[in-house]
Amino acid sequence: MLVRGLRRKIGVILQLQVNGDVHEVDVPDHWTLLEVLRYRLGLTGSKQGCDKGDCGACTVLLDGQPAISCLVLAREAEGRSVLTIEGLAPRHVAAGGCGVDPVQAAFDASGALQCGFCQSGMILSAWALLARNPRPRPEEVRAALAGNLCRCTGYTQIFDAVARLATAGAATAPETSPEAVRD
Amino acid sequence: MGARDRHGIDPPWGEFRHVGQGSTKIDGLAKATGAALYADDLSLPLMLHAKTLRSPHPHARLRAIDSGAALALPGVHAVITGRDLPVRYGILPWSQDETALAVDKVRFVGDPVAAVAAVDEDTANEALKRIRVDYELLHPFLDPRESLARGDPPIHEDRKEGNVSKKVELAFGDVDSAFAGAAVVIEGDYDFHGTTHAAIEPHCVLARYGPDGVLTLWSSTQITHYVHRALSRVLGLPPHRIRVIQPCLGGAFGGKSDPFSLEFCASLLAIRTARPVKMLYTREEVFYAHRGRHPMQMRYRTAAGPDGRLAAVDARILIDGGAYSSYGLVTTYYSGQLLTGPYHFPAYRFESTRVFTNKPPCGPKRGHGSVQPRFAFEVQLDRLAERLGLDPFELRRRNLLGADATTVNGQRVTSNGFARCLERVEEASGWRQRRGRLPRGRGLGMAGSMYISGTNYPIYPNPMPQSGIQLKLDRSGLVTVFSGGNDIGQGTNTIVRCLVAEELGLQLEQVRVVAADTDLCPVDLGAYSSRGTFMIGNAVLDACRKLRGTLVSAVAESWGVDPRRVRFVDGAVVDLEDPGRSLPTADAFQLAEARFDTLGATGSYNTPSLGGDYRGGTIGASPAYSFTAHVVEVTVDEETGRITCERAWIAHDCGRALNPVLVAGQMEGSAYMGLAEALVEEHEVNRFGLHRGPSLLDYRLPTSVDTPELHSLIVESLDPEGPYGAKEAGEGPLHPAIPALSNAVFDAVGIRLQHLPFTPGKVLKALRAAAAERRPAVAAVSGT
Ligand code: FES
Ligand code: FES
Repeated sequence: MLVRGLRRKIGVILQLQVNGDVHEVDVPDHWTLLEVLRYRLGLTGSKQGCDKGDCGACTVLLDGQPAISCLVLAREAEGRSVLTIEGLAPRHVAAGGCGVDPVQAAFDASGALQCGFCQSGMILSAWALLARNPRPRPEEVRAALAGNLCRCTGYTQIFDAVARLATAGAATAPETSPEAVRD
Repeated sequence: MGARDRHGIDPPWGEFRHVGQGSTKIDGLAKATGAALYADDLSLPLMLHAKTLRSPHPHARLRAIDSGAALALPGVHAVITGRDLPVRYGILPWSQDETALAVDKVRFVGDPVAAVAAVDEDTANEALKRIRVDYELLHPFLDPRESLARGDPPIHEDRKEGNVSKKVELAFGDVDSAFAGAAVVIEGDYDFHGTTHAAIEPHCVLARYGPDGVLTLWSSTQITHYVHRALSRVLGLPPHRIRVIQPCLGGAFGGKSDPFSLEFCASLLAIRTARPVKMLYTREEVFYAHRGRHPMQMRYRTAAGPDGRLAAVDARILIDGGAYSSYGLVTTYYSGQLLTGPYHFPAYRFESTRVFTNKPPCGPKRGHGSVQPRFAFEVQLDRLAERLGLDPFELRRRNLLGADATTVNGQRVTSNGFARCLERVEEASGWRQRRGRLPRGRGLGMAGSMYISGTNYPIYPNPMPQSGIQLKLDRSGLVTVFSGGNDIGQGTNTIVRCLVAEELGLQLEQVRVVAADTDLCPVDLGAYSSRGTFMIGNAVLDACRKLRGTLVSAVAESWGVDPRRVRFVDGAVVDLEDPGRSLPTADAFQLAEARFDTLGATGSYNTPSLGGDYRGGTIGASPAYSFTAHVVEVTVDEETGRITCERAWIAHDCGRALNPVLVAGQMEGSAYMGLAEALVEEHEVNRFGLHRGPSLLDYRLPTSVDTPELHSLIVESLDPEGPYGAKEAGEGPLHPAIPALSNAVFDAVGIRLQHLPFTPGKVLKALRAAAAERRPAVAAVSGT
């Protein structure tokens, strides 16, 4: 009898540079970068909402640019630097900061994190925007986040989060304050 | 409702320290850093992956299933079919018509037929292809009118009423004489298309069956307790051998509030294989699992006096339920029962009929059962105002129900901030200066609504509390709260933390919340009916108040002072009369533990008896109602028929806003969702029973570029029974969005849109019809 569970896919060994570390992974040829991150490297912060490029929950930064990791074959990421949501706070700390990255803190302070499922992708898209344009105009913010669907927030508190950073300059973590006008 | 269920609106220690502050969420940073674990983020050693085979036919009898070839595939560990899980279930005990896998019939494209567990997803998918199913095709019902007209072939064989799922007819007051004597009668037909939740996280479960005979299921559910009960029933395991845990949840909106096939299948596969089993739905499967908002065809008649005072409302509603009952019984009642505020009318009749069709089953979506009638009714009111030459705000003001009132169908309304909601949106939108005065193509519309803060109807009748809380106090000064509530992103656990810190005078970081784990937490019924803040909040206050006396007296005794001098505040205990004397919380807890015993308490909440004294009178009866008013601004492009919603003002009476940032998030998310349902979203099934576009691209969710500017205006009418006066905020604020948008289009270009969604095609057609009506003579001349 065939021993169950031993069937192996013919894979290749890939070298991936993720959040500054180099990993060698052996995965089936058709696996996407998202699958490798989530199911091989344990980096489950990148989410899968559709697996076909529609929602943006799987957004990571490839050489600093937002990329839909469910549409990138793992082997296409070889030789490029991958930054995932898990990499932001350590990167901030390594640069002499403390706590989480200011973009993460601003999303938290603005109430933008409802279910949070879209937010690792959203935060990375916002982070990439602010990295190239520290003072984006509201239309630029909307355009930069258009690939990341959020079903919870109506985007308003997400815009607030980015606006805090755009006015404060990305160096300081914003304070908490209620956004809504109260009676 | 006992005295212990009413805690008053006042701060426990003189002034609020956390309530109203808009603190960050308890799990905010975990979510922002990717550390929060959702169901598909979990994995266990030796875990297998499971997949579901689904019916490609909308209606067919299952003649035979051959899974031999699938089972023979290396790497496949088990295949199960309907015979393995024949026990029926359903969220309501009165309509249990689902099985985890089809037993003798399939009733919609996507109905689960078999499930496979294999070493990996690829192998499981390959195995699905090798399962042979022999179907005998039956006539598919895809039009609810056909289901109403004939019951043959029946979709559910054992139903006496043919293909009718539920019919409710209720009348209050003398409707016919009111119509006979009315100065104005407005009549209209309205269509609500179907829409779906589209939470970004697909449904996912992980099941483990331990050597101790305990089944543990991690599930992306918003109703842990009901899943627990359903698993026990279907698997035949005693409930104490089942543990259900809800990990971090990636959105739900009602779409995860039924027990779903994957929960049973993964559990049984884990039992059969003695290995952990994960099942994750694809996005396409999520669209077919559905339970989204019911399509409704509605006819309304509204009678009023010459002054615009409402005299009577008469409604007939046909509800397309899809293939199974789900919450349909409640939907059918809600479609009529929840309309009776925020306006007073002395006579009301509705007849609602839900029918089965061979389409994905509908269920509860944010604003369950009442978003559709609200759309129709608020457009009716706009038409009434137009007919009488009244401002739409003025018409509504003439019909206010007010606070401490009883509705025509016998619902008790306590706090009511609706009048203030009207003022707030009227003022913020510049209504008086702008409405009717914007250039053609631009317009403002408004609408109002009322919604429940939980209901006294506990899904399965029982006298136990609806919500339970348990507190454990540690010598370190930490309080651990065990809450059965489901935090689905709306922030229930954040509210729990805030209330405990407020009641025990702690800093927020001194409170941790363990939630939605049936082994560890007392029962709460789940995240539905907007019940969380109200019911869980009251249970928290109950538990805390049982401990406060103990803590205070231990400290007072040790200090030798009157207990009234002892105050817990910000993580310390102070003597109000001796500013030099204080203790950290940890010391106070230790004094109390030494003096009394290990410290802990339970608390609970149950609703008072509510509702009208008639069959169905308790359905929709809530301990408190929230109120909302919207003004929506649109631009209509008369060339293309495209409507753009520019901005919306949302005023919502949520009672006391325990956390205004969370409240605003709920208001904005609700308004966004409603406006999207009006303009772009459509859950449409074609003539083959196939979903028109089961993807997040084809089912068009608005992006950051499409979403209008949203302005949240919080109104706080302190409710006598809510925790510190709080009510709901998660669902109510959606309701007025759709009618307000329709009414704005009328202001912009003079057409009435009554059939959703408001596509460019419908707009152009209505514009042409309106133009033809304006030029009858010209048309007649050119026709000769
Ligand atoms: S999961 Fe990659 S875009 Fe949706
Ligand atoms: S926070 Fe839930 S999808 Fe964005």
